[in-house]
Amino acid sequence: MNQIVRFTIDGIECMAEKNTYMIEAARENGIYIPTLCNYPGIKPKGSCRVCSVKINGRMMTACTTPVTDGMVIENHTPEIDALRKAILELFFVEGNHFCPSCEKGGICELQALAYRYKIMVPRYPFAFPQRDVDATSPLLIKDQNRCILCKRCIRAITDEKGRTIFAYKKRGSRVEIGIDPKLGKELTPETAQKAMDVCPVGALLVREKGFDIPIGERKYDKMPIGSDVEKIISHT
Amino acid sequence: MSKPIVATTSLAGCFGCHMSLLDIDERILDLIQLVEFDKSPIDDIKKFSRRCDIGLIEGGCCNSENVHVLKDFRENCKILVSVGECAIMGGLPAMRNGIPLRECLEEAYLNGVTVRQSNEARIIPNDAELPILLDKVYPCHEVVKIDYHLPGCPPRADLIWEALIALVTGDAMKMPYDVIKYD
Ligand code: SF4
Ligand code: SF4
Ligand code: FES
Repeated sequence: MNQIVRFTIDGIECMAEKNTYMIEAARENGIYIPTLCNYPGIKPKGSCRVCSVKINGRMMTACTTPVTDGMVIENHTPEIDALRKAILELFFVEGNHFCPSCEKGGICELQALAYRYKIMVPRYPFAFPQRDVDATSPLLIKDQNRCILCKRCIRAITDEKGRTIFAYKKRGSRVEIGIDPKLGKELTPETAQKAMDVCPVGALLVREKGFDIPIGERKYDKMPIGSDVEKIISHT
Repeated sequence: MSKPIVATTSLAGCFGCHMSLLDIDERILDLIQLVEFDKSPIDDIKKFSRRCDIGLIEGGCCNSENVHVLKDFRENCKILVSVGECAIMGGLPAMRNGIPLRECLEEAYLNGVTVRQSNEARIIPNDAELPILLDKVYPCHEVVKIDYHLPGCPPRADLIWEALIALVTGDAMKMPYDVIKYD
């Protein structure tokens, strides 16, 4: 039998199987830890830092850390909320996010987290970087303006033969997602749709469709992201 | 006690935020009981006639005139509120920020499909009377100090209403989840 460990999140007693990643362990106990680069079923990457929590006093990412016995975890404190808010604001100023014209509006995880944290305006100057749109694939558009470099597409999407379609290209602040030119042209409609669904933002879009759910009825229009997980409501 | 005085303006925006203000529907009758309007397209007062309490700014800064009007608002209003995505982050006009200005003007006046025929003299307007375009479209808070921000394209009428009531009464703003939206 798997060993059960006990730990606390914000003082609440929790239990989970040993070696469960903290995101999942928290979820099982009805506690939401926000995530952005994490995606169920693929290996965690720890790249966005939105899931930062304090474990026994040290800041760590909850998506890459398994729970162990006796851990004392802080998730929802003014300090951590402020840090997460700052990270989210940085995503907004570092790319070009024109939500009113984005097909992912209302189902975008970045936008939904910004709503959850009641961000009225980013406190940093907008960088307005010059970024390209890649429309070489007949079924998929990649808009680098909205990419948050979470690597979810790289980690989750392969073709029928298991070949990866997406990869990082360029370096440093110019790093971007590239679509394999040959595989990008041969994408099946299912894989294109899966890529759009895996992308947390509107950086990967299936062509010739969009805005199919009316404003007001989209996933995050009425309920904050994470409210499906929460037994203990702790909206910021 | 005299009523608080409100001024409003539209910079580089589409007037959608003003339309959203009108979308408070019959509450507009309550509003005119509560506040007075000074410079605003709503009453067509062109120049500030006195110092105002609240200035609502729709739209960002895309030219010298926008900057001038915004600074005028800062000087004449105690509290300035950015209303809508264009005021907050440049919005749709800021989609030109990645394109060189010359290219934008050439597309608008020389090469665009709707202007190729109509502009036979092939002139890009350059009269000294015209406001100068800025290199980029700027959010208002990057030009002057802005006190509050109401996101949305346009912000929900309920959000504008709540914010105005909170500012006028001094009460905290209720912020139900579904009034804060970026689109
Ligand atoms: S990706 Fe999300 S945050 Fe970015 S523009 Fe689209 S809806 Fe807005
Ligand atoms: S394209 Fe989407 S899934 Fe891929 S790295 Fe960018 S944001 Fe993440
Ligand atoms: S979700 Fe953990 S670092 Fe991104």
